[in-house]
Amino acid sequence: MSDTHSQLAFVRTEMLAQKEPPVAEKGVVKWVRSNLFSSWSNSILTVVALYLIVQLIMNAGPWFANGIWSTNSLAECREILQGASGGCFSVLSERWNQLLFGIAYPDTQYWRPTLAFVLMLVAASPVLFSKLPRGMLIFTGLYPFLAYWLIWGGTMMTSIIALLGFVAAYLAFRKAERAGFSIGLGAGIIAAVVVWKVLGMFAGELSILPLEEVPSRNMGGFMLNMMLGTICISLSLPIGIALALGRQSHMPIIKGISVVFIEFIRGVPLITLLFVANVVLGYFFPPETNMDLILRVIIMITMFASAYIAEVIRGGLAALPKGQYEAADSLGLDYTQAMRFIILPQALKISIPGIVNVAVGLFKDTTLVSVISMFDLVGMIRGPILASTEWNGVYWELYGFAALLFFITCYGISQYSQWLERQLRTDHR
Amino acid sequence: MVDTTQMTVSDEVAISIEKMNKWYGQFHVLRDIDLTVYRGERIVIAGPSGSGKSTLIRCINALEEHQAGKIVVDGTHLTSDLKNIDRIRSEVGMCFQHFNLFPHLTILENCTLAPIWVRKIPKKQAEETAMHFLEKVKIPDQANKYPGQLSGGQQQRVAIARSLCMKPRIMLFDEPTSALDPEMIKEVLDTMVELAEEGMTMLCVTHEMGFARQVANRVIFMDQGQIVEQNEPEEFFNNPQSDRTKLFLSQILGH
Repeated sequence: MSDTHSQLAFVRTEMLAQKEPPVAEKGVVKWVRSNLFSSWSNSILTVVALYLIVQLIMNAGPWFANGIWSTNSLAECREILQGASGGCFSVLSERWNQLLFGIAYPDTQYWRPTLAFVLMLVAASPVLFSKLPRGMLIFTGLYPFLAYWLIWGGTMMTSIIALLGFVAAYLAFRKAERAGFSIGLGAGIIAAVVVWKVLGMFAGELSILPLEEVPSRNMGGFMLNMMLGTICISLSLPIGIALALGRQSHMPIIKGISVVFIEFIRGVPLITLLFVANVVLGYFFPPETNMDLILRVIIMITMFASAYIAEVIRGGLAALPKGQYEAADSLGLDYTQAMRFIILPQALKISIPGIVNVAVGLFKDTTLVSVISMFDLVGMIRGPILASTEWNGVYWELYGFAALLFFITCYGISQYSQWLERQLRTDHR
Repeated sequence: MVDTTQMTVSDEVAISIEKMNKWYGQFHVLRDIDLTVYRGERIVIAGPSGSGKSTLIRCINALEEHQAGKIVVDGTHLTSDLKNIDRIRSEVGMCFQHFNLFPHLTILENCTLAPIWVRKIPKKQAEETAMHFLEKVKIPDQANKYPGQLSGGQQQRVAIARSLCMKPRIMLFDEPTSALDPEMIKEVLDTMVELAEEGMTMLCVTHEMGFARQVANRVIFMDQGQIVEQNEPEEFFNNPQSDRTKLFLSQILGH
């Protein structure tokens, strides 16, 4: 028996029981160590950050806690506070309706935009959540006409005729589509115009469910931001897709138009376009035509957003492997089918973060209409409210409220998009 | 195993290519290609990389455009007419090196999409056909998964099934096993052998010389955009005529 051998040999006779890790390696202590005090510099940053947070709470806390909600002017707030720190939130409660609906919307009719907003959530849900019954999409299709009637008022005939025109256009398109896409498109447009002209002659005779008419110049407040945001985003997405596909087209005219449009619109600031909508556009139309200001603004913002969305989607299209196009081609799918079933679903999925980025930016940019003297939420605050003798000087409360409303909406959009991306993931699920 | 080389080949012409030329810009990729494929033929196209073999079969279903010469596939003259191109593509199945399955659709949807929209077959019937071919390639149990969840070999078999669902009369294979792990190559080749035994007209670009020996009734060797040599597999491998072919065979069979 050799000595070296006996020194190396080892047999375990007793298995060790599991022990608790040392205190420094578990629970709160470990978390604090690794996240807050992992190095000298991190420890200093932690202490500084803690100090700042405490300061913030010490200062802002009383401001919120002492907030006053029920006075009629800033002067009254100051009287109650006697120099103590406190927010004068009464401006929000007193001007609540103005902040939401603008200064001139008739106050007996506030239920109409509110109902339109609630119905918008219903109409949008089957588009946003594919698990909901597909039948709900019929309501989504009807919603724009319903909302127009609710918000602008007047007789329901206007909406019904508009709707019938679109239905006629669709039916004509389906009939004539076999002869070719462009012929179908032409037939659809003719059918719609005929229906609108013919039925338009009888519109004056019939008055179904008339509501008090509210002209566009009386729209305002956060309602205006929501209207512009929703309409422009939903219009700019299809236009953006068309532009992105147009830019990839082999047909020189279509490609040329798309490129020029996108590059021109992207090269011009939105404010310039809004001024064009407000002032310059009028010169291009005969003096007696009075195109609605909101409509002009919608056209401009939509053009602006669709140029950006087109570029985002072009990125998505470029990111698809060439093999996807080839596989679609090799199976005999034509261009429309390949785009609809293979290319766009994948390209749009890739583009979701970019599209949402544009949508969020666009929604916030709707506040720019305040510079062309429309009273949206920011316009209301800057104009009628801060200029009034009662509330002159209440900046923090008002702008904080505006920021909060926009943050809630934009954060909601962002959260939805992340949820959607997770839903659409098909690899390694 | 059935020696498929002995299977009958009809004298009906499936594909005829006459004096076909193609350029990429200044580069002359395909030069005066003449090729007649008879119905039921199984042709293996071999050659060094860059010799134009993939380009050749991609011209047959117009994934690549040829600039001169005449291609007639299944009686349809291949021109720039989109109707003819779509007709040819729906009759000619193709499998790619990188499978090119649609990652956002399930395996079953991958297989039924084209039959439903191009062949206008009712959905239920298309699904039955799809399941039949998925069983044939031995993965019916994966029908509701997504391509990303399958192995490479399984994906390539799905790609074959997807093409078969269109009931093509000709199948093109563009290096179907080149992107696969060695152990997955066999399962794909087995599927292709089975297809050959059923009499499908096949054109395969491949480096699998064992497959060529077993299945092909003609081997075509290409170099520099030209057909250098073609022969029955036995003759081709045992008694190559041109020096270029001899060099190529010594390089790929040498180890």
